[in-house]
Amino acid sequence: MNNARPRIAVHKFASCDGCQLAFLNLGEDLLALAQAVEIVHFAEAGPVDPDAAVDIAFIEGSISTPEDAERVRRVRANSRYLVTVGACATSGGLQALRNFADAREWLAAIYAKPEYIQSLATSTPISSHVKVDLELWGCPVSGRQLLAATRSLLFAVPPWYEKDKVCLECKRHQNVCVMVAKGAPCLGPVTRAGCGALCPAFRRDCYACYGPAENPNAESLARRFEGLGLMPEAVARRFLFINGAAPAFAEAGLKRRGKPHD
Amino acid sequence: MTEKREIPIHVPVLARVEGEGTLELRVRDGTIEELRLRIFEPPRMFEKLLEGRDYAEVPDMVARICGICPVAYQMSAVHAIESLFGAQPGPWVRDMRRLFYCGEWIQSHSLHIHMLAAPDFLGSASIVEMARGHAAEVRRGLKLQALGNDIIRLLGARSVHPVGARVGGFHRAPARAQADALREKLAAALPEAEALVRWTAALDLPADEQDFTAVSLRHPREYPMNEGRLVSSRGLDIAVSEFESRFVEHQEAHSTALHSLLDGQPYLVGPLARLNLNFDRLPSPVRTLADSLDVKFPSRNMYHSIVARALEIVVAMREAIRILEAYEEPVSAYVGVSPRAGAGYGCTEAPRGILWQRYDIDATGKIAAARIVPPTSQNQARMEADLRSSLQSLGTQQGEAALRRRGERVIRNYDPCISCATHFLDLRVRELKHG
Ligand code: SF4
Ligand code: SF4
Repeated sequence: MNNARPRIAVHKFASCDGCQLAFLNLGEDLLALAQAVEIVHFAEAGPVDPDAAVDIAFIEGSISTPEDAERVRRVRANSRYLVTVGACATSGGLQALRNFADAREWLAAIYAKPEYIQSLATSTPISSHVKVDLELWGCPVSGRQLLAATRSLLFAVPPWYEKDKVCLECKRHQNVCVMVAKGAPCLGPVTRAGCGALCPAFRRDCYACYGPAENPNAESLARRFEGLGLMPEAVARRFLFINGAAPAFAEAGLKRRGKPHD
Repeated sequence: MTEKREIPIHVPVLARVEGEGTLELRVRDGTIEELRLRIFEPPRMFEKLLEGRDYAEVPDMVARICGICPVAYQMSAVHAIESLFGAQPGPWVRDMRRLFYCGEWIQSHSLHIHMLAAPDFLGSASIVEMARGHAAEVRRGLKLQALGNDIIRLLGARSVHPVGARVGGFHRAPARAQADALREKLAAALPEAEALVRWTAALDLPADEQDFTAVSLRHPREYPMNEGRLVSSRGLDIAVSEFESRFVEHQEAHSTALHSLLDGQPYLVGPLARLNLNFDRLPSPVRTLADSLDVKFPSRNMYHSIVARALEIVVAMREAIRILEAYEEPVSAYVGVSPRAGAGYGCTEAPRGILWQRYDIDATGKIAAARIVPPTSQNQARMEADLRSSLQSLGTQQGEAALRRRGERVIRNYDPCISCATHFLDLRVRELKHG
């Protein structure tokens, strides 16, 4: 066995496990990957060695406890490259909507004894805590994204950044535009490409699980939604969703939160 | 005065479970005094996140609780909401939901059998290691997992957080040609799923009879997935809406997961409970297959869970093939619904057991309150009771590594999905001795 194989780790923080499942759903490619690299920490798949030094650490999940903030710093110190996988790790995820509410009060409402629960009031992306080398967007990410990232980092070629918007993927696939055809409040015009425009292909509006595209004009799309007849609160909910804490979406959404409800 | 000596041991543990947790033991003079399966779910607080959202947003939100069983979360949610609104999506939607669920059972059970459980029985540390000596079995497992994912993709575009389900039905109906192609693939793989059942039953499964209360859904004709009444091996038989009158959740100091008890007692949900309570609802070819095994059901041996999972893969493959054979493209893939104020209840059989949900909704369709009771919190008290007796009978003098290995194996029988957990797994044994 070749000892010089690159070493990788997969770490979990507050998340649903859906992004690491992209590894476990690789099928035979997972076995090939395990030949090409040494998987030193990936608790769900078997290997447990969280403090091992690695070439690439993949991070799933957001930071929402003081211990996790500390843990991600240790991971950073042990890793040559650190890659966030998915919305949770990259923008804080759906659970980051708590950042806009009183999380303490929420804890008390769910748990009879909130004092047992160490929790920060916020759910924050990994980049709020440590330097991130590469961000993979999506809720969940795809196996293709993971393999491409691994390859580019290990061969030191610049990683591919998706610059297009979901809108463009629709055009490539010749999907009927759901906003034009059905007046659906589709977030495709401001969402990073990468999924292959799955939702419009299923005749529904994109809800931006791949996060904001570069330079999204969220405000102008929000006004267009109002033009479609959505009340400000409904427009706010469109943006305050899976990637609601991403600054471009938070701004467009929160701006409308103050207005009277529909 | 008695001097207590505490030896805290801190070892990373519980590999190959979904999510991360800690097992803690306190041993005094060879006896386990305290045992805690700690699930640190840094609370993602979904129930509160749902408040104020529109009912139509619920399926896409609750999917994010668990990447391994998003279909289950979506299905319990749409049933809860539709029951309140009085919506009748009709037979096409009903069949497609069953098909969707078959995909999740096949995917989740295959993943658990091959990636999480089987390495235990074959002395490997992971599927990667197992692939060296058992390449054909691993390949078969990966193939079945992929087929489960294909079914979910047919109706949901992707297998994790599928985008196809909505209140009232599905956003889009599959084309006939796609349905036919998938049916052919499933039919070709059915013998492999049956071989998987025989393979699991031939594993060296420990003999370990235990007393437990099994809980599942029960349907008048079918092996339960989306519909039925809540029944137990001790005679419980209630409607899904009556869940709260018998099942109570409480919080333990050592866990952020709420624990659920039935009439104050631990209980089991999941494949073994389901099969024990619904053996007579197996399609007859599966019944014949089950009867031909050395492992018999109903069973009180938790190690038989792996065989129950494999049998359920065959149930799901056959159901999927049956539904796809009769597939016709509908006029519409969903029915429209109109909101109504009140409380709606839904309960479906997630791969790991019953997943119960309740939504309080106002007249405009906004969620006022939500309650979600996942299978893992229901199994938690049962898992702890099992761990205590298994580790005690193994003998606490066995040392940390042996305790840890056994503890992990016991836990894997339940396939806990600590989907929201983090904090990697430790085993902490605290030894108290008289000094
Ligand atoms: S980004 Fe989405 S799929 Fe990935 S862990 Fe978070 S909730 Fe799950
Ligand atoms: S269309 Fe939008 S919401 Fe749907 S999968 Fe793609 S990025 Fe996610």
